[in-house]
Amino acid sequence: MATADTITEVETASKVELGSTPTNERPGRRNRVLRTVGWYALLSVLAFLVLFPVWMTIVRALSASLPYLSAGQPVYPVEPEWDIFSRAWSRGNMGRHLLISAAVTLIIAIAQLVTSVLAAYAFAFLRFPFKRVLFAAFIATLMLPIEVTLVPNIEIIDTLGWKNTIQGLTVPFLATAIGTFLIRQGFLGIPKDLRDAARLDGFGNLQFLWRVAIPVTRPVIASFAVISFLAAWNQYLWPRAITQEEAMSTVQIILRPLAAAAVGEFNIGPAAAIIAALPILILLIVFQRQLVRGLTAGAVKG
Amino acid sequence: MREALTAYAMLAPSLIVFGVFFFYALYELGRLGFHERNRTGTRERWVGVEQYTDVLGGDAFRDGLFITLQFVVWTVPAGLVLGVLLAVAAHRRLKGIRFFQTVFASTVATSVAVASVIFFVLINPSVGYLREVDFISLESTSSAIRGVALSSIWQNLGLTFIIVLAGLQAVPDEVLEAATLDGYGPIRRFFRVTLPLLSPTLLFLVVVLTVFAFQAFAQIDILTQGGPAGSTETLVFKIFRLALEPRTVGEAAVMGVGLFFVTLVVALGQFLLIERRVHYGDR
Repeated sequence: MATADTITEVETASKVELGSTPTNERPGRRNRVLRTVGWYALLSVLAFLVLFPVWMTIVRALSASLPYLSAGQPVYPVEPEWDIFSRAWSRGNMGRHLLISAAVTLIIAIAQLVTSVLAAYAFAFLRFPFKRVLFAAFIATLMLPIEVTLVPNIEIIDTLGWKNTIQGLTVPFLATAIGTFLIRQGFLGIPKDLRDAARLDGFGNLQFLWRVAIPVTRPVIASFAVISFLAAWNQYLWPRAITQEEAMSTVQIILRPLAAAAVGEFNIGPAAAIIAALPILILLIVFQRQLVRGLTAGAVKG
Repeated sequence: MREALTAYAMLAPSLIVFGVFFFYALYELGRLGFHERNRTGTRERWVGVEQYTDVLGGDAFRDGLFITLQFVVWTVPAGLVLGVLLAVAAHRRLKGIRFFQTVFASTVATSVAVASVIFFVLINPSVGYLREVDFISLESTSSAIRGVALSSIWQNLGLTFIIVLAGLQAVPDEVLEAATLDGYGPIRRFFRVTLPLLSPTLLFLVVVLTVFAFQAFAQIDILTQGGPAGSTETLVFKIFRLALEPRTVGEAAVMGVGLFFVTLVVALGQFLLIERRVHYGDR
């Protein structure tokens, strides 16, 4: 996806082609052609395997359910119903659920950005009592998956009267230590000279944060924003646990009842899934560079 | 003094969220474990440590844990191998390689819920395209977990691919060149040079995929609802199911505490087991 740029860089820098023959062997032209064809064949088979489930979902969404079944489930659409997407849209009330998802996701992503930048700044640049204790507290929140605290958090949201509300869907996720650590790491990379210069210019903390620290670490912050957005959009367990009213379901949650529709309308669920996937697909294509950087942060050195 | 106040003000938003939804929640988790509620959830009574010993020593917890581990076994190695296969295949200078890379990475665009609906099309027991493939049949207690696992493997493939590909790109060309000059063929070079250099990346992925497997929920909720006969009820799924019923909230809390310790043990185990085998893979 987004990695192609880097690949080209790596490859132009390299003299040796991967998969090339050892130097003491004269590569025959025919051999080379055969090998290239072989690679394309392998890549095509793999691409087919990866895409097959998606293709079958499209086929199933488009096909009229009963004729498709009686045709023995071919790998191409049967009696295509092009209006299936608009039908799934109105049947699933998808406009509403997409809107709820968008609101929840934007609130979480923006809030996480703000809380993480602030906390990261404190940890990176400021000195204060109990810094190590507080830092350890942040680390602790990363040790456990949210599934561990699911039960009490349902209780807390219930006590606050926040079941089936936007607050209930968002407030527990307004801060994250992952963002704090990623951005803190970026802040720590700011040269000391820059800080000293800013101080000489009379910059206070907020001015330094806003005018220097954030602009300089923009790539890191952008990567975090993308993965934060993606994670919030994809959430399932939490919204499922605290929204019993279908009216407050996010788009992910509404897919399950739609997929379980009667056999005669089995194309509603797949169509709804395609509708739910499209916005994020488009977004990822636009922000692929940030996504890849965010996903690979910490995975690969250098 | 001023600096400290600024710092606390900056930390406050995060600390409030963590304070309530993590630290207080942990306290509340432990407390709920000592209590039991009536059917409507209006009254609560202390049942003591017995609930802990009963639940953590009981069949339900053990089954849930066992099914969770099964899920780890079915998803992590297969997902890792496939991700490496895709990345190795696509790490190559060929015309149009970018198209294949995009395809291989594409499943990151699917949420677990979307991926589960996609696999519902393929393997649901009544009209799924592959419903007659016994190995992944959702109808049998022995194979349903593999059907759910297949959906997870596919959904995580894009992420695994992206990370392994980035790892491959970070392997210095000089090292590969040197290996070639030493007369290493492509296969030996891959296993003796590339793979050891890739091991930190692979370790990272093992951890991530294991965590994902422990957290699996949507795919079970959509594909099997824990069935057939509870054969896909992982620990997390059990916790969810019990949490929604006032009478079993205490039980769910105890299982949450159990999950807490399991998570710690798994994290520690992975660290100890894999740490020393990483990187310097010369046996």
